[in-house]
Amino acid sequence: MNLRRIWALVLRYNYVYRRSAIRLLEVFFWPAIDLLVWGFLTLYLEQPGRELPSGVAFLVGAVIFWDILYRSQQGITLSFLEDVWSRNLLNLFTAPVRVTEFVGATCVVGILKTLVVGLYLTALAFFLYRFNLLAVGPTLFPLFVNLLLTGWALGIATTALLLRWGQAAEGIAWAVPFAIQPFSAVFYPVSALPSWLQPVAWSIPATHVFEGMRLALRGGFAWNHLVYATLLNLVYLVLAGSLFALLFAAAREKGLLVKIGTQ
Amino acid sequence: MSEAVVVVEELRKEFSRDRPVVSGLSFALNRGEALGLLGPNGAGKTTVVHLLLGLTTPTSGRIAIFGLPMPQKRIRVLQRVNFASAYALLPANLTVRENLMVFARLYEVARPKEKIARLLAELEIAHLVDQVAGRLSAGEATRVSLCKALLNNPELLLLDEPTAGLDPDIADKVRRLLRRLQSERGIAVLYTSHNMRDIEAVCDRVLFLRRGRLLAEGSPVEILRNFRCDDLETLFIQLSREGSGSLPVANEGGPEELSPRLPGTGGG
Repeated sequence: MNLRRIWALVLRYNYVYRRSAIRLLEVFFWPAIDLLVWGFLTLYLEQPGRELPSGVAFLVGAVIFWDILYRSQQGITLSFLEDVWSRNLLNLFTAPVRVTEFVGATCVVGILKTLVVGLYLTALAFFLYRFNLLAVGPTLFPLFVNLLLTGWALGIATTALLLRWGQAAEGIAWAVPFAIQPFSAVFYPVSALPSWLQPVAWSIPATHVFEGMRLALRGGFAWNHLVYATLLNLVYLVLAGSLFALLFAAAREKGLLVKIGTQ
Repeated sequence: MSEAVVVVEELRKEFSRDRPVVSGLSFALNRGEALGLLGPNGAGKTTVVHLLLGLTTPTSGRIAIFGLPMPQKRIRVLQRVNFASAYALLPANLTVRENLMVFARLYEVARPKEKIARLLAELEIAHLVDQVAGRLSAGEATRVSLCKALLNNPELLLLDEPTAGLDPDIADKVRRLLRRLQSERGIAVLYTSHNMRDIEAVCDRVLFLRRGRLLAEGSPVEILRNFRCDDLETLFIQLSREGSGSLPVANEGGPEELSPRLPGTGGG
């Protein structure tokens, strides 16, 4: 063991972090997200006189629903990264492929991944925990579609950021969905959040889906949540699409499309 | 008069203010012609190719391909163009067949299976069809890239240093192949390289770039005659280091005054 060589390698990783603010951000991001999610869940469970919906069911349902959103986002982002990693972007964008066609294809991959993961987790939860996701009832499908749309909006926005910051920003491909997780009422209701954070939570479409899921598991029907989730999703999809168009144009102007395609 | 496939006028590209990578570049490429973009590293050769492909947008100037403005008519133009580069090989985790099938569908090739089989046979790599692209040798990968570049029967082929990283034997084979394909199919070829053999073997006409500017233009023979040089390699080194001002010139005026020839004004 040569300590100097170990130090040289430590120095190399240190340079990487110093040169990339996004990588440095990751160091603080994941622990903070863990603390926020589990902290709010603890606060919720400690509330006196609180009634838990269907025992552990709400947590299993939340995990499945969260994974649907996550896979939908990943379907888009990882499809793009796949072409970055294989240095195929240059070949793709020198073919007569419209940007909308490229994004459309990644969205289809998102749907396929989500369907496979959704069915797989539903079956697994049923056999392992006797949890029946279908008990959510007729709102299951529109809730599922809304999660898919939220995933698309996040995926398109993430891909836009990757276009702008390249492979150095790869970490955000996994981080972006988790950035909204503590405020999306995934494992606890919005009421568990501090009052000043609740408006932020209600502005996230996924929040309405998770609240709707909890309501449905208690036998309710979540029309208002469905309407809000759909409207918010449409707004965020337009915003994500605009961000993508803007950053794609900037990437062509700055030559970043070529850079990310060959680096 | 030859038909111009590419017309470039006063092209300028800067990635940071007042530091142009390409500046005041004008040239034309005719149907069936092989035009070489020659120059040292940083001359702007690859940037010109990326501008022609619409991967990068010009700061100013005009590009027309098949009479259509780029990048505004990118999709219509790219249906009739293809591209291969030593720096953009096909995904390593797919087989040759899978890779080519994806691109055949992107270019809407009719009967893609037959087309792929025919091209692989023509490029003498039919035996590689089920090989994973990542396991190909550099020469094989280059041929597969060329196969992809010919899928849509392009009228214009842009080749960015296609022989980079190849050993002399394979590079020679690729050059012969390109020359044969170009003469048989009448494809217009724009070829970037800093390899003199490539340029002499493949190109009818050469544009010599330095720091984004056109320094000299003509057939390899014309250029050597004009600059009174024995070989392109020596000329390349001198032009790269000193520009054209320091070199003897045989024609009237100086190389600085050599203006790019537009279609119909000769040049190859």
